[in-house]
Amino acid sequence: MAVTAPGTKLDARALRSDFPIFEQEMHGKPLAYLDSANSSQKPRQVLEAVDRFYETSYANVHRAVHLLGERATAGLEHARERVRALLNAPDVREIIFVRNATEALNLVAYSWGLNNLGPGDAVVVTELEHHSNFVPWQYIAGRQGAEFLMVAIDENGDPDLSQLDAIARDHNVKVVATNLVSNSLGTIHDLAPLVSWAHGQGAIFVCDAAQAAPHMRVDVQAIGADFVAISGHKMCAPSGIGALWGRGELLQSMEPFLLGGHMINAVRVDKTTWGELPHKFEAGTSPIAEAVGLGAAVDYLEAIGLEAIEAHEHELAAYALGRLAEVPGITLYGPPADRRAGVVSFNMEGIHPHDVAQILDLQGVAIRAGHHCCQPLMHKLGVAATNRASFYLYTIPDEIDQLVDGLHAVRKVFA
Amino acid sequence: MSDPGLENLYREVILDHYKNPRGHGVIENADAEAEGQNPLCGDEVSVYVAFDEDGETIDDVKFSGRGCAISQAATSMLMEMTKGRTAHEVATLDKDELLAEIGVPLTPVRLKCAMLGLTTLKVALHKAKGTPLPDGLAGFDDLELT
Repeated sequence: MAVTAPGTKLDARALRSDFPIFEQEMHGKPLAYLDSANSSQKPRQVLEAVDRFYETSYANVHRAVHLLGERATAGLEHARERVRALLNAPDVREIIFVRNATEALNLVAYSWGLNNLGPGDAVVVTELEHHSNFVPWQYIAGRQGAEFLMVAIDENGDPDLSQLDAIARDHNVKVVATNLVSNSLGTIHDLAPLVSWAHGQGAIFVCDAAQAAPHMRVDVQAIGADFVAISGHKMCAPSGIGALWGRGELLQSMEPFLLGGHMINAVRVDKTTWGELPHKFEAGTSPIAEAVGLGAAVDYLEAIGLEAIEAHEHELAAYALGRLAEVPGITLYGPPADRRAGVVSFNMEGIHPHDVAQILDLQGVAIRAGHHCCQPLMHKLGVAATNRASFYLYTIPDEIDQLVDGLHAVRKVFA
Repeated sequence: MSDPGLENLYREVILDHYKNPRGHGVIENADAEAEGQNPLCGDEVSVYVAFDEDGETIDDVKFSGRGCAISQAATSMLMEMTKGRTAHEVATLDKDELLAEIGVPLTPVRLKCAMLGLTTLKVALHKAKGTPLPDGLAGFDDLELT
């Protein structure tokens, strides 16, 4: 395994050989995959763990008495423990497997919101939220007759916390929901003031860590959150698996989200009782092999070191901001490199992002073009869309050079 | 430009329509109008139609909006293609006629960009004249049909 010892600088060129996707060309050019904030590529170690599980240990979990059933259950529960350790959660029963962070946030909005929100209450989000941490709250607040409020961002792109006093004066705040890292701008937020304000209001704090967990250490106890959501597919795991961490006493008191198989204790025609945590929230057969893949991804990331990954991305962000500034007609969005994860959003004067992305694709460069599921933010920036280049542990500066060369080609087409 | 794929998609006529759109503007007190969006990439198009005295023939058609080169160029071409035709003719206009005009192969994602103007125009005509809605409307949930 081409990984470095924890705490040391990572060697992205060596790590790339773990990722079979880079063994091919795109449109006859080397692949510059700068779309990892959208979804990450998968290392051999994860692919092999999933294969090995299917080949030797696959059966349904938690109900079979045969040996394969035992192995499969052990595989799933080992993965749960790996996720618990990654997030420094106090108890493994607080880790709920879901499809992705979107499902995790819907689970909280429905299960907690439907029983705890009502007229006179308010849910507070920020202008930087992904739609996944915006739309479920807007919808559930609307259904419950509660208010849905958005903290606008200031000229630096940070949530303007000076609005909080006015909100607290006029509303009974029950939920504060924000991301830790913005998927559009890459901003790493200092959540401490917002968490303590939320708890001062008696509100729960819900953290969307989908864009943070792949790139930096996420410690649910250090954040002081009540719920934290992550997606496996952004952190080297297969698609279709994610996790929700929730404070045990909150999860205990909540109603289930999805109902049916596996999540019950006893079913009678007059009443059904719910299973224990985490099963209460895991109706139906889980994405078992995908969870095993997530466990292997956690092993892979921990062997490299989250701290080394974060440092690598700060370096790449600084390099990219410098190189991109050389391109005439470019507008860069977001904070300085030391306050951002490996995400750079930009626009080319007079050229729609979709056209930029299409011409870059023909140069072998994969970026994201669009609103990044952040329409309120795009509205604030006064644009319909942006281009977004995003980096990960396998990204090398050559790919950023390839992007910059590609942007010169874009300018030539539209000259 | 050395890349054949690039040369193809962004061929001269498309860039010309993008940079110098035909029929770009707004018709005040239009007889028919509609607004369309492509939520995938944030393309926006509004179309405005003025009919002849017969109330059927399109006397003038204009569009406004912003978006990628493909969506804006295709809509510009559409303005030239539909002026002088009747509402019914345009409502049943085969998308292949517009695609032939664009003249380059499009991926499914870019096809949505290219069809935005035509779909929006058909919706405008539907609202004003009750002509049939386009087949692919399901992909354009954001069209305002009110």
